[in-house]
Amino acid sequence: MALKTRYELKLGMATREAFGRALVELGRENPDIMAVDADLSKSTFTHLFAKEFPERFVSCGIAEANMVGVAAGLASHGKIPFAASFSCFLLNKAFEQLRVAVAYPGLNVKIVGTHSGISIGEDGPSQMSVEEISLACSLPGFVVLAPADEVATRALVRAAAEHVGPVFIRTGRPRVPIVYSPDQRFEIGKAIQLLDGDDVTLIANGLMVAECIRAAEILDAEGISARVLDLHTVKPLDREAIRRAAVETGAIVVAEEHLVDCGTGVRVAQAVAELHPCVMEFVGIQNTYAESGPPEALLEKYGLTAPHIAAAARRALARKRGR
Amino acid sequence: MQPTRSLEELQAIAKQIRRHIVEMTGAAKSGHPGGSLSAVEILVTLFFGGVLRHDPKRPDWPERDRFILSKGHGAPALYAVLAECGYEAAPRELLKTLRKLGSPYQGHPDKRFLPVLEASTGSLGQGLSIAMGMGFAARLNGNPSRTYVLLGDGEIQEGQIWEAAMFGAYHKIDNVTAIVDYNKMQLDGFIKDVMEVEPLVAKWQAFGWHVLEVDGHSFPALFAAFTLAREVRGKPTVIIAHTVKGKGVSFMENNPKFHGVAPTPEEVELALKELA
Ligand SMILES: Cc1ncc(C[n+]2csc(CCOP(=O)(O)OP(=O)(O)O)c2C)c(N)n1
Ligand SMILES: [Mg+2]
Repeated sequence: MALKTRYELKLGMATREAFGRALVELGRENPDIMAVDADLSKSTFTHLFAKEFPERFVSCGIAEANMVGVAAGLASHGKIPFAASFSCFLLNKAFEQLRVAVAYPGLNVKIVGTHSGISIGEDGPSQMSVEEISLACSLPGFVVLAPADEVATRALVRAAAEHVGPVFIRTGRPRVPIVYSPDQRFEIGKAIQLLDGDDVTLIANGLMVAECIRAAEILDAEGISARVLDLHTVKPLDREAIRRAAVETGAIVVAEEHLVDCGTGVRVAQAVAELHPCVMEFVGIQNTYAESGPPEALLEKYGLTAPHIAAAARRALARKRGR
Repeated sequence: MQPTRSLEELQAIAKQIRRHIVEMTGAAKSGHPGGSLSAVEILVTLFFGGVLRHDPKRPDWPERDRFILSKGHGAPALYAVLAECGYEAAPRELLKTLRKLGSPYQGHPDKRFLPVLEASTGSLGQGLSIAMGMGFAARLNGNPSRTYVLLGDGEIQEGQIWEAAMFGAYHKIDNVTAIVDYNKMQLDGFIKDVMEVEPLVAKWQAFGWHVLEVDGHSFPALFAAFTLAREVRGKPTVIIAHTVKGKGVSFMENNPKFHGVAPTPEEVELALKELA
């Protein structure tokens, strides 16, 4: 993709909806696919699956820990369960079950968190998830995916079903811009370069990918050439893409809709430290819980929009140049 | 315990609270009107009916009774009640800032923004455990404070509720009263179609609780139940309050849509006419 491409970011569907639709497609192809729900099927879009395959839809009530245990049992019988809830309830309430009943024996359970990050807006922090990348990455053997748009979600839900082993997919509540063409190919563990550049690399996933593209445009107008990498797989990490970014641009900004202390950024930093130390800056939520408000206003207030990413890129560049 | 207000007064307050709920969620364009409306008589009996020992002028009075809204999405009802009680931290004129940036009235109860709340809730299933700890500490301290905790009927599907229930009976936490807002509905629809919770009375009894079953929209019945609960020694009491989700607004009653969808401006107008 050529440098200085102006991306026309058209609003697409929410990644949670793309998940729900993809699951129906998978259900038509594979009779072992199941949906497991904890009284949020209307919000996670598993109600679409429930409608078409009622006998393969498992209603658990408001009981996330039990839901994950049930999914483990289903997987033991060769089923491919997709257990879905808000990310915060799924990871936080059922973490022990994910650890001992799923990750420990390495079962083929897929968990899908919707309403991730602070962009859920008005419901506020009790329903927001700002720590689940960290939690999911701390489960040995788990694949951790965070798709940026509906195209990525559809492809990665499919990839998750084909992958044998536990997978977490992080999706969001609001509609998000489409950053991919419909024929884009996705592979678990392979980052995608959306824009090339040689001054600085912007790494992100989820809805922060679109913000990075916007940040690259801001920087472009200032004569700064930014590479944009969609790190849709947080685990396993695409170490080669990260190494190349460090070597070729010498400055990396990681932007995430997550606590900055323990998410994608620290994982990238670990790889950078091992492979090719370079200047880094981190954009994310700083040691706090957010609040209620419109999603756009929250992203702005908590420092997660394109101007904040561009500012971090300028800081990184100044440090790289020794100023 | 004596009722502090007449039935007519309580009914008028309840109507006012319902108007607030409709206007607040309408203005916010989001929120949970159904489960807020079903809990109105329960909250009004507690806060206005002489059950809860509290003093809006002294929110940090150590011997005050505590109230926890474990089903935190019912926050609009609690906010309206706190405002009508005259708590300084809960101004009436800000009620319509519900869910707006910086409002004391966050989407779910948040002690950081409204310190007179006794707990931050919104993740279902946790309030009863917190109430148990409060009851335990009050007894240890010789503090006459009682703790009241409101649970959703969907919420009690969470396993933690039953861990707390077992704890309450074993530790004889008789200064805690739980209320189940038994409106027969949860987010995805009717309880019976998602995860049945019956037989509810027998379940709580089997867990060692004193169980009372009442019409959750009847002030005299609620008041009588709270009075009985105070007198029970050696075990906690749960009041199974039969309610109607969306109570008071005809087109919201028993309508699953209004669990988590706010009324449109036209619906607000219609509802306010019914609540005039
Ligand atoms: C742990 C947890 N899981 C899921 C949710 C999402 N949620 C919010 S309200 C609700 C339904 C609650 O039903 P109920 O307790 O019956 O409340 P009411 O009918 O009084 O509104 C759900 C599933 C949540 N808030 N917390
Ligand atoms: Mg209910």
